[in-house]
Amino acid sequence: MTVIEEPEVDHVARLRSGRGVLRMSEVVAAEHGERLADEDDETMLVNMGPQHPSTHGVLRLMLEMRGEQVVRSKPIVGYLHTGMEKTAEDLTYLQGPTNVTRMDYASPFFTELAFSLATEKLLGIEVPERAVWIRMLMSELNRISSHLLFQATNGMDIGAVSVMIYGWRDREDVLRFFEKVTGLRMNHNYIRPGGVAADLPDGWRDDVLHLLDQIPPHLEDLDVLLSGQPIWRNRLQGVGVISTAEALDLGATGPILRSTGYDWDLRRDMPYLAYDQVDFDVVVGTFGDCYDRYAIRLNEIRESIRIVRQILDRMPAGDYKIQDKKVTPPPRARIDESMEALIHHFKIFTEGYKVPEGEVYVAVESPRGELGCYIVSDGSSKPYRMHVRGPSFVNLQCLPHMMVDGLIADTVAVISSVDPIMGEVDR
Amino acid sequence: MSDGDVAAAEPESAYGVPISWSRDQQILHPSREQYLDLVAALKDDGFVMCVDVTAVDYLAAPERSLPNGVVAERFEVVANLISHRDRRRVRVRVQVPADDPTCSSLWPLHAGVEALEREVFDLFGITFDGHPDMTRILLPEDWEGHPLRKDYAIGRIPVQFKGAEGRATSMGQMGSSPSAR
Repeated sequence: MTVIEEPEVDHVARLRSGRGVLRMSEVVAAEHGERLADEDDETMLVNMGPQHPSTHGVLRLMLEMRGEQVVRSKPIVGYLHTGMEKTAEDLTYLQGPTNVTRMDYASPFFTELAFSLATEKLLGIEVPERAVWIRMLMSELNRISSHLLFQATNGMDIGAVSVMIYGWRDREDVLRFFEKVTGLRMNHNYIRPGGVAADLPDGWRDDVLHLLDQIPPHLEDLDVLLSGQPIWRNRLQGVGVISTAEALDLGATGPILRSTGYDWDLRRDMPYLAYDQVDFDVVVGTFGDCYDRYAIRLNEIRESIRIVRQILDRMPAGDYKIQDKKVTPPPRARIDESMEALIHHFKIFTEGYKVPEGEVYVAVESPRGELGCYIVSDGSSKPYRMHVRGPSFVNLQCLPHMMVDGLIADTVAVISSVDPIMGEVDR
Repeated sequence: MSDGDVAAAEPESAYGVPISWSRDQQILHPSREQYLDLVAALKDDGFVMCVDVTAVDYLAAPERSLPNGVVAERFEVVANLISHRDRRRVRVRVQVPADDPTCSSLWPLHAGVEALEREVFDLFGITFDGHPDMTRILLPEDWEGHPLRKDYAIGRIPVQFKGAEGRATSMGQMGSSPSAR
């Protein structure tokens, strides 16, 4: 086997040098534009977004170009900032998931899950077995739908427009199941502190089995349409390369970190829920390019399907939320016959329940990487401070390093391969 | 295992700084001077990634449990580090006083804190020494005030438009209700 000699690159030193990173305010950028004509400056500033169709929502890029080549770039975010962390300080723990579920709208169950796990850790309660497995079922189905959405948008960005239709079609089927279970396609508010909002509906097993039978052949289609195609490979391979050292230094997690060959997945390495009881593989790449990130997401769908099959076999019976009167409102039927139950119901929904003082950080593996929730409680029924560590927000910092010296046509492929969800970036 | 058992089994300090436990999670409490050196020592010890940097404004709840020797200040900068090798997390909490809201930046050690520290600056008004680009990130460049501070009221300011007449200009105005104007 021939070993390819690679030039020694100190990746971390390259990061510190700021090469590729444009640190320029909008005011300076405007002046720069006016100055161009009379100076011996060969670069030019190009604004991409926030309304560009390929920038996944409202991401804006400031690109410094030399001809067609990207010299430096700066992602500009904040167009969707609605102060959700501030809002969270004014909502009770019961209302909290309604707020956080709107952050990452492509995988809402994960933010609900991180928030609920953090609250439960503060309360010191354990949710029933069935709730744990329902949460896992919904998380993994959500990972499937989120990665299908990635396949759709990634295909569209690269120019494989028909893939967009295929991806959305299958995602829609998963969302239809979510609607049946939670009442909503997105922003479910289903996973709540103490368990889940409702038990799985009748016939849920058949619906899930139908999805599991239907999706894998469509993934094969994607393999035929994309994975082996020379145009697709030329467009993605060797584009947007990032090394392990850079990814670790930049705090990149999820498929970006794994694409560099770094074997790290919170589900396996720091298990939460019941991930230590199911069997699955962590998909890693080799080159850290756009193609690896595409392939990882495609194969993570297959791993999630494996997990869901195991969940179907092992779904326990029992309560779907904790029977702790402090946290769980009384069942609807009790309210009709008992005055105390009515008062209890009223108290929980108006005042909420008190959470003991303390602070915790809990993280889950979302489709985009480590999604953490930091809650500080002052002993009242509302979080004193609630912070969500959005994986997209941190991952976006990789963009300038992936795009440096690349072509402007490749920026679209690179942005797409990072798969940012702007709702979670801006919060 | 309760919190008390863990605290009893472990030494009171690690890396020369006081430690505490919250729900079985380890917290290190360095001073502002020790902060950068501590994170550097942790990095050498396997905590190769800084996953999160955020802050808390304790203006409305100054009482909180801290280990002996740590003086509570208004702000706290909270950094979360992870060691993939040991599969372990630690949290670093630094006290930052209200009259001098600055803190050293972790950027020389972890480049990924750039956006996170900009967010803390944007929303809390804490500046980080040694950060390459201490500017707002989520709010517009000409926004006034730092919304996640506890003395910044919610829902009581008109939307700020660039160049619009009569927009809120001070914290005092932000706190008042729209009907008062």
